[in-house]
Amino acid sequence: MSDYNQQMIEQFRGNFLKEVESNVEEGEWVKMCMQCGVCSGSCPFGPHWAHPPQEIFMMIREGEREQVLTSDSMWMCTSCYNCIVRCPRGLPITHIMHGLATYAKRLGLAPKEQPTAKFAQLFWDNLTKTGRVNELKLGLALYFMNGFSEGIKTSLKMKDIGLGMWKTKRLNPMEMVGGHSCKDTKGLQAILAKAQEIEDAKIGRSGA
Amino acid sequence: MAKKSYSFYPGCSSQKAASASNYLTSVQSMCDVLDVELNEIPDWNCCSASIGYAGGGELPRLALSARNMALSEQAHPGQDIVATCAACWLATKETQERLHADEELMKETNEALAAAGLQVKADQKVRHMVEVLIEDFGYEELGKPVKKPLEGIKIAGYVGCQTNRPFGIAGESFENPKYLDKLVETLGAEPCENYEKKVQCCGGALAFSEPEKSQELIKGIIESAYDNGAELIVTPCPVCQMNVEVYQDQINAKYGTKFKMPVVYYSTLMSVAYGKSLKEAGLDGQVIRAKQLEEIAKK
Repeated sequence: MSDYNQQMIEQFRGNFLKEVESNVEEGEWVKMCMQCGVCSGSCPFGPHWAHPPQEIFMMIREGEREQVLTSDSMWMCTSCYNCIVRCPRGLPITHIMHGLATYAKRLGLAPKEQPTAKFAQLFWDNLTKTGRVNELKLGLALYFMNGFSEGIKTSLKMKDIGLGMWKTKRLNPMEMVGGHSCKDTKGLQAILAKAQEIEDAKIGRSGA
Repeated sequence: MAKKSYSFYPGCSSQKAASASNYLTSVQSMCDVLDVELNEIPDWNCCSASIGYAGGGELPRLALSARNMALSEQAHPGQDIVATCAACWLATKETQERLHADEELMKETNEALAAAGLQVKADQKVRHMVEVLIEDFGYEELGKPVKKPLEGIKIAGYVGCQTNRPFGIAGESFENPKYLDKLVETLGAEPCENYEKKVQCCGGALAFSEPEKSQELIKGIIESAYDNGAELIVTPCPVCQMNVEVYQDQINAKYGTKFKMPVVYYSTLMSVAYGKSLKEAGLDGQVIRAKQLEEIAKK
């Protein structure tokens, strides 16, 4: 468990709702949930959440810190925004779920083998390298994220799709060596570094 | 009508030989007919879509879209920003909303942008191409250049998620938006008005990380199109297009279905109806060929 996690446990002394309100994107909305369950019923991945959003909100208020942050539930969000437009209280549920996922990751509590947690990190690493997504490298990184032999198996399973995309000029093998990029990659990375620095200072996370 | 100019944010998937390069081809053909000038935002970057959040926190993600808006303000002042990708549009519009709702975030974002000598006001309107079509032209105007009506083709309008929620198109409902049906009708084809999966999620980016769960959703989207008599699916979103088109073989293998449903963009339909060639309409980018449209394009 990270030092940052320990630091936050001490700082908030078991008041998990307060911690979420301070440190999680749109977290100040959590207490507004009235437990109607429309979000949970509206989620396309609903059956796959160990704790659907309505339950997550209640667990936060109950102070079930570890159960919430180590859960793979938030990583089931497909960003379809059904819950947002249907919530009678107007909670930005999609954003809160993303925020909880980000926070769990920073604390080192996110489940290590969760496929979307891994993919979302690969996506971020991929886009921040050049400023634009390299679809070929992203795809291959995804196939090989669980090791070499599984990567070969997945690649074989996906080869017909890749071939179809290549034949219709929607996939470029040359992306492996070069690929699309921003010109001012350095400027972009400087912006991101500064943004990270400001955010870290705000949520008491230094050099983590 | 006079020429219309917009500050254009094409997005990663629209680039040359990327997964939605055929979308951009058809958009350019459509805009050519409608006398729309798309001025690409110089050196734009990825918006991080809705899946960058494992690595990027709130401010870094906002900074990505803010950089695009800053570059747009510099290069194309006074023009609306237009995106063709649902995720690009959503991320940029969300950033704009968030920056204007929270002074501190606006200040912090500008502090970050200053690291590259940029600053942002975020005051240009952020719009999806579909909004431009409906609001700046309207169905009647869009119908005028039709040279080859898409007669006799039954089309399911798959709106999906992010062009529809949380912002959507003005005057349309979240649960039963009808603009694709109206557009299909404008082009001379027949819409599947009772297509009940029109706003069902396809899994989005999770089609990559959770293929089985997502393909179950995609199966429903295609099955319902067949049940409604559709010969084609049309969509405004590059993620919807790809997810619904390219996994059909895998779905067939798993579920014993026999899907072979072409999935095209609204701009594909429009380009064909406006008399553009097969290539100009991006039809050569279909993994599942849209034969009816090819025949009309060849006429």
